[in-house]
Amino acid sequence: MLQRVVRSTVIERPVEEVWEVLRDFNRHDQWHGLVSRSTIESGLRASQVGCVRAFTLRDGGFVREQLLGLDDRNFRSTYCIVEATLPLERYVATVTLKPVTDRRHTFWHWSSTFGCPRGEELALCKVVGDEVYEAGFADLRRYLSRSRALARGAVGDRGAAVSGAQGEGSSAEPAVQAVALEGYGDARQLQPQTRRLQRLGPREVRVRQTAVGVNFIDIYLRRGWIPELLAPGAVPGMEAAGELVALGSEVTGLQEGDRVAYMGPVPGAYASGRNVPRDWLVQLPPSVEEEMAAALLLKGITADYLLHDLGRVRPGARWLVHAAAGGVGSILCQWGTRLGARIVGTVSSQEKARLARNWGCEHVIVTGEYRFAESLRYHFPEGAEVIVDGLGAAAAGENFQALADCGHWISLGQASGGLEPLAPDLLVRKSASFSRPVAFAYVATRQALQMRAQRLWSALEAGSFQRPSIERFALAQAAEAHLRLESRASSGSIVLLP
Amino acid sequence: MIRVYVSSVIQAPATAVWSRIRDFNGLPVWHPLIAESRIENSWPSDRIGCIRQFRTRDGGTIRERLLALSDYDYTCTYEILESPMGVSDYVATLKLTPVTDGDRCFAEWSAEFGCAPGREEELADTIGRGVFQAGFDALKRARLHDGSGG
Repeated sequence: MLQRVVRSTVIERPVEEVWEVLRDFNRHDQWHGLVSRSTIESGLRASQVGCVRAFTLRDGGFVREQLLGLDDRNFRSTYCIVEATLPLERYVATVTLKPVTDRRHTFWHWSSTFGCPRGEELALCKVVGDEVYEAGFADLRRYLSRSRALARGAVGDRGAAVSGAQGEGSSAEPAVQAVALEGYGDARQLQPQTRRLQRLGPREVRVRQTAVGVNFIDIYLRRGWIPELLAPGAVPGMEAAGELVALGSEVTGLQEGDRVAYMGPVPGAYASGRNVPRDWLVQLPPSVEEEMAAALLLKGITADYLLHDLGRVRPGARWLVHAAAGGVGSILCQWGTRLGARIVGTVSSQEKARLARNWGCEHVIVTGEYRFAESLRYHFPEGAEVIVDGLGAAAAGENFQALADCGHWISLGQASGGLEPLAPDLLVRKSASFSRPVAFAYVATRQALQMRAQRLWSALEAGSFQRPSIERFALAQAAEAHLRLESRASSGSIVLLP
Repeated sequence: MIRVYVSSVIQAPATAVWSRIRDFNGLPVWHPLIAESRIENSWPSDRIGCIRQFRTRDGGTIRERLLALSDYDYTCTYEILESPMGVSDYVATLKLTPVTDGDRCFAEWSAEFGCAPGREEELADTIGRGVFQAGFDALKRARLHDGSGG
């Protein structure tokens, strides 16, 4: 079935001025943020019907499009895709301008029909409608206001922003490379693209990001398990590190050039730059590199609240830690052991068992089928007092079996699927506690974040845990990074490098 | 042939504006020039071919026939059968298009007609400013919301 996308807007400039830009089939690289280069093939003129333009896109993709019709009387241009990296079939688009006669403004109508692979309809309609058409509206407004400012002799972007008649204002906001979620699903839904940052809020800072942490929550969000937190089209990622490049007007105590890391409850970190609330930030001590901070912050602070707050670790306490060689698990096992806990870990391979033993586990269970309760009971006959569970549904029964009386079952993740609702009467049988914590609740105030970050850096400094090994991927390879994390073959932390 | 074209942006959704203007017998409700309207032969006002008879505020009588009506395209096309204006072969179209980046719509009203030599400018102004723009101005003032039409 053919998809149809329609977007329209009003540009507060006369139609002749807008048409002069849009009729040019070879000019998008000057105004549209997605297009980095445009050329007309075979030496034809851009106004010659039948000519083909080749776009190079900022995300590395390309598009070849053919001009099917050009109508200066009705301000209309029709074109089709000949070849493109996006799977758009039989794509035909029309740009139509009409004068708004009582204001000397322009109505701009941009529509297309196309076919696409089954299941990708929604995502592609969104890409075309939002990232091509609507982003194009905003880009052209900026372009026109800049051109006018230049024509009047104003200098630089600030002049354009101030003199922009549309009140759009943000002509100077920089573009960043980002990876966005096209739709819920597998790793292929992660697509590189160019985005423009919003104007900086008074309590925000702008971070030029040099390292972005990848976490299991990113995968849950990508799969659509927490739709209220991440909608298709948005950028995932909960943490990153880098350098401050701009400060909001009400931000104090920080300087441009400061090395910082952040973790925040709103996704958007998979990018080369980002505006974030000042309260999300921690400054990095000289001993912590930006890559290390991105690899460590969310996972380390998770280990911190598990040990100090939720699990109340004490010498001799019996802990069961699943995925003991993973990102959180490896920090938790080392730091917990240092604080006196006795830890049994589960892992999925012999190779990881060796790592988990290294991290301090006094017993390691290798299991591919979520069978561990019997072995745990052999080692801890009275069961585990604290269970840190990232396994979810498939391991629920075994976890309950492994739990000691008055024990505390902490559900941190659900790698095997969402847990069934837990009957309170089930907990009664063991007088047990059950928790579903979220790390961001433990750093909800600036003071809490600073305190935990400080404790994390100190523990790292003191050797309470070793620096995690880091697997690096380019930002545009976010999909590969997800596959790697999902494969459970990785140990340590995965970091994206913009 | 003379062509008159007037367009505007109305700060209300196309559906709301359309519910007001699609009634071929409803001009007295929203257009300041029209005092009374009725449909001849008791036809419904959305039956193609129906004829409306106006009385304008200055006492003139106009008869117009509905040629096309589309709830899908928000388009209405009609011709003048009789009027005191002195126009011939007059066909006009009123059309709405949603503006997708806001709760507003783009409204167009155009006409083509013939007239006696020398009257072109006067008629284009009467129709373009006096009829079409006056209608848009009234719709803009009406503050239509959520398809409430009345």
